[in-house]
Amino acid sequence: MKKDVSNKESDSIISIQGLSKSFGKENQVLKNLNLNVNKGESMVLLGRSGSGKSVAIKCIVGLIKADSGSIKVFGKDLLAMNTQQLNEERLKIGFLFQSAALYDSMTVAENLGFPLRRHSPDLTEDEINTCIKAALESVGLIDAIQKMPSALSGGMRKRIAMARTLILKPEIMLYDEPTTGLDTITSREISELMVKIQEEYQSSSIIITHDLACAKRTGNQVAILQNGRIGFQGTYEEVSNSTLPWIQEFFIDKK
Amino acid sequence: MEEISKHTYVLQQLRELFLAMGKATLFNLRFFRELFLPPTEWREILRQCYLMGWKSLPLVSITGFIMGLVLTLQSRPTLVVFGAKSWLPGMVGTSLIREIAPVVTALICAGKISSGIGAELGSMKVTEQIDAMEVSAVNPFKYLVVTRIIATTLMVPLLVLFADLVGIFGGYAGISIKGDISLISYATKVLESLDFIDIIPATIKSCFFGYFIGMIGCYQGFNAANGTESVGKAANSAVVIASLSIFIIDMLAVQITDLML
Ligand SMILES: Nc1ncnc2c1ncn2[C@@H]1O[C@H](COP(=O)(O)OP(=O)(O)OP(=O)(O)O)[C@@H](O)[C@H]1O
Ligand SMILES: [Mg+2]
Repeated sequence: MKKDVSNKESDSIISIQGLSKSFGKENQVLKNLNLNVNKGESMVLLGRSGSGKSVAIKCIVGLIKADSGSIKVFGKDLLAMNTQQLNEERLKIGFLFQSAALYDSMTVAENLGFPLRRHSPDLTEDEINTCIKAALESVGLIDAIQKMPSALSGGMRKRIAMARTLILKPEIMLYDEPTTGLDTITSREISELMVKIQEEYQSSSIIITHDLACAKRTGNQVAILQNGRIGFQGTYEEVSNSTLPWIQEFFIDKK
Repeated sequence: MEEISKHTYVLQQLRELFLAMGKATLFNLRFFRELFLPPTEWREILRQCYLMGWKSLPLVSITGFIMGLVLTLQSRPTLVVFGAKSWLPGMVGTSLIREIAPVVTALICAGKISSGIGAELGSMKVTEQIDAMEVSAVNPFKYLVVTRIIATTLMVPLLVLFADLVGIFGGYAGISIKGDISLISYATKVLESLDFIDIIPATIKSCFFGYFIGMIGCYQGFNAANGTESVGKAANSAVVIASLSIFIIDMLAVQITDLML
């Protein structure tokens, strides 16, 4: 699924220019970050813990307000949108939280039905149930349908959260550490699922991960966040064969 | 030198107080703006009414009954000294309905409902559930805050009315320990001593209690900082601030009722 990537802005789905964000006076997390994601492309975002990866993708869905810069999604400037326009864009974006963020007070089925019931009011209850079951089957957790999130393991919660984002068939997927905390077999399954989704829906994605196997499997571009901006970008091979010492550090265990 | 640092400290505290007041005011304004925006989350409002109203009934019944009972037992000796024992039902009824039932019920609700909302929304905030709602294009303020405030504003007055009834019955239990009045004549005496006008200010007051109980719980939870520690803080400050504002509203309500009647 590797293909070459032009950095033309015209076919880019997500285009971030000069994004800066700081928390308080001291903590400047993102400094003038530029990133382009083209249609059908999955961009793996590597970076050390605390380097601002989560902050960057939260800016893309408007959860964190950027200090300056521009974020264009489908060519439209996110920072210039009002809440209603922003919500329309958000429906096309699936966001998997690092912490899964399942609704504690609802069962798994209600968690999945929650966005569906609100955004597709003409679906019948039967159709909703079919969608819920299909989404759960795709993550292999159909048995958990009536469970409460508190009764699930961390990895199961992540997969349910993934099913909840997939149920709206988003055109862009933003994954925040989809495989962290999972065993190698499950994380391979999740990675394969991510590839499948991407091929099926022709979606574009940004994948934050520390899991190099997942990065290799899912990404056709790898970008490394360093000091608040993208320090290096290329295919997995280019990045892993780089001779720059600070990039090598990410791959030491792989060698 | 020390003078100056004291001054800056006081100024900073004042600044923070005003900032907090401003933030709380904006939160209130946002509530009224979003209250009238479609869509209304009827299901969630009903569910919250059920959770808050129905589930608080046992607690409110017990406290209501004990309030009535104790009030009677405590006032009886004094009234006997003055030879005014027959005023007992009227006195119990009036003081319950005007003051004791609303305030005590509201305090119970501050402890049970306001802290519950604070903890629930606080933990949703900390575990990014509120963010998750927002990215799925559901307005979390509308779904979580507006519904809860509507529910408390409706349910607290109903709970107060219920506490009135149970309290009056508790008063009867207190009187009938000495066994010198029938339930019917007790009830008649209570009703005779009551003006219909007693109920209205008390109910309006209870609506305000309910509004503030919900508002303060939601505000504290919705604005909880990151980290699990802040969940406990949100619940705790919800109870403290809600209880305090109940007394302040009560004091204002007395003045206003005095002016109007
Ligand atoms: N809401 C916030 N308020 C204040 N500071 C924040 C907030 N969110 C993130 N930060 C700060 O931004 C920096 C980057 O955080 P972020 O969560 O993006 O890291 P990350 O790259 O995702 O790390 P990890 O791999 O551990 O998830 C951290 O220093 C953090 O303290
Ligand atoms: Mg992160």
